[in-house]
Amino acid sequence: MIIPRVPVQHRRLLPDRRLSGPTPWVIAILMMLTLLAAAAGVGLARSANAIGAAIAGRVTVQIVTANPVTRAEQAAALRRAAAAQPFVLSARSVEPEELQATLGQWFGAAEGDDPVLKSLPLPALVDIDFVGEDRTGPMRQLQALVAREAPGARIIPHAEWLGPVARLIRSLAWIAGGMVLLMTLASAAVVIMTARAALATHFPTIEMLHMIGATDRQITRLFQRRIAIDTAYGIALGTVVAAAILLLIGWQWSGVTAGLAATASFGPAGWALLLALPLLAIALAALTARQTLLAALKKIL
Amino acid sequence: MTDVSPARPGGAMVEFDGVGLRYGPDAEILSDISFNLQPGSFYFLTGASGAGKTSLLKMLYLAQRPSRGIVRLFGEDLVAMPRHRLPGFRRRIGVVFQDFRLIPHLSARDNIALPLRIAGVSEEDLSGPVGEMLSWIGLGDRADARPATLSGGEQQRVAIARAVIARPQLLVADEPTGNVDPEMAMRLLGLFEALNRLGTTVVVATHDIHLISRIENAQMMRLERGRLSDPTGALRYPPANRA
Repeated sequence: MIIPRVPVQHRRLLPDRRLSGPTPWVIAILMMLTLLAAAAGVGLARSANAIGAAIAGRVTVQIVTANPVTRAEQAAALRRAAAAQPFVLSARSVEPEELQATLGQWFGAAEGDDPVLKSLPLPALVDIDFVGEDRTGPMRQLQALVAREAPGARIIPHAEWLGPVARLIRSLAWIAGGMVLLMTLASAAVVIMTARAALATHFPTIEMLHMIGATDRQITRLFQRRIAIDTAYGIALGTVVAAAILLLIGWQWSGVTAGLAATASFGPAGWALLLALPLLAIALAALTARQTLLAALKKIL
Repeated sequence: MTDVSPARPGGAMVEFDGVGLRYGPDAEILSDISFNLQPGSFYFLTGASGAGKTSLLKMLYLAQRPSRGIVRLFGEDLVAMPRHRLPGFRRRIGVVFQDFRLIPHLSARDNIALPLRIAGVSEEDLSGPVGEMLSWIGLGDRADARPATLSGGEQQRVAIARAVIARPQLLVADEPTGNVDPEMAMRLLGLFEALNRLGTTVVVATHDIHLISRIENAQMMRLERGRLSDPTGALRYPPANRA
C-alpha cells in the first residue's frame, strides 16, 4: 500500500510535523522540473516524428526561369504531369501569394505586401509527395519528368534541409528524457535521505518500540506513512505549478502556427504520461522509503 | 540473603552457558558467564561501574546477541533465533531504565498503554488495565501529564507501569533507582517486590547495597571485570550442562 494504514493511536508516536522541513519543497521543485522536462520531451519527440513523416517523401521543384510567364507555364505543366504519375501521391503549386506571405515574415511585412518583396524575382515552386517509402526510383523518374517539362529546374528533397533539424529535435527529446530520469533518481535520493534522517531523529523512540516488541513492519509503516504523505504534498504542489506553467506556454504557443512550432503537441499518449508521472512518483517515493527503512532497521537488533 | 538454588533440569526461565561478549576486535567485556534464573525469583545484579552489568542486561532483554556461548530464554535458543521472531519474545520481557526513556510527546497514559497498543490490543480493552495501572502507581490524576511535567520518581513509576502492563514473565531493571531520592527508591523497590509476589521474575542491576538488603528472598549475582564472581562463597550458579 502506497500510504499504509496506521492506527490513529500509533500515529501519535511521531510528532506531527507535516510539511515542516525542506523535503516537501524539494520534492515539489523536482516534480515540477520533471514534468516540464517530460512535457518538453514529449512535444519535441512528436515534433520530430511529424517532421520526419512530412519530409520523408516530399520534394520541392524550384523553377528559376527568368521569364515569369514561362516560369508559371512550366510550373503548371510540371504539376499536371507529376500528378498523373503513379509514383506521385500529390503535386501542388505553391501560389506566389503564399510564397510572398512566408517570406514577408522575414521582411517585416506579414501580409507579403511589401513593394520590395513584390519586386523580387521569386522562383516557382511545386511540392511533390511520393507514394511509399522508396525514393530512389521515383526520384529518377521525377528527374526525367522535370528535365522534360521544366528544363533547368532544381529538385530539392526536404530531407536535405529539414533532416538535420529533425535529428536535432529528436536529440533534444532524448536529452529531455534523460533529464526526467536524472530528476527521478534525485527524487529517490531525497526520499532516502529523508527516511534516514527520520530514523536518526527518532532513534530513541524506535529503540523503545523495538524493546517493547514492535516488529520492523509496524515501525516501517509508521515512518513510511509520514514520508509518503509529506512527499505526496510536495508532488501535488509541483504538479500544480508545472500544470500552470504548461497552460501558460500552451496558451502562448497556440498563437504560433507557422512552421515547426505547429508540429509540437502532446497527443493522447503524451497526456497520459504526464498525468501518470505524479502517481508513479508517489508510488516510487513510498517504495523507496519502505526499502530504506527496512534496510536500516535490520541493522538494529 | 539466600543462595542461588541449583537449576532444576528444564525448569530455568533464563539459561546462560559460557556466554562471552565483545564489541569489535577488542577484548571481551563479558567472559564465561553461566547462570540460570528460576521463574518467580528475585535477583540483584551487582558490580562496580564498568563491570558489564548493562551489557549483560542487554542480552537478557534481547538488545544484544552474545559473541559466544548459549543463551536460552523461555526454553528457546536465542543465539540462532531468526530476527523476525524476536519481537514475540520481547513482549514477554519488561525493561526499566535509570533514565526512564519515556516518549516525551506522549502522556503518561499513552506511555503506559504503548506495549498493549503494539501488541494489537483494542482501545476498549486497554483502557481498563491502563487506568488500573495508573492508580496502582499513584498517578491516576496525572494521566494526561507529559513526562517533562513529572518528577523523577513519577517518571520512573510510569516507566515501571509501562514495563509491566503487558504482564511480562521477566522484568529487567537497569539501575532503576539511580535518578531518584532514597525514599522514592524504597517505594520503587516495593513495586518490584509486589510484582515478584505476583509471579514475575525480577532482575535488578544496582550498586546500591542498601537496596539489596531490603528484599528478603532475593539472590545476588556479582560482576567483576566481566566475570561472575561469588564474593561470599555461598553463591552457586550452575551452568546449563551441570546438574
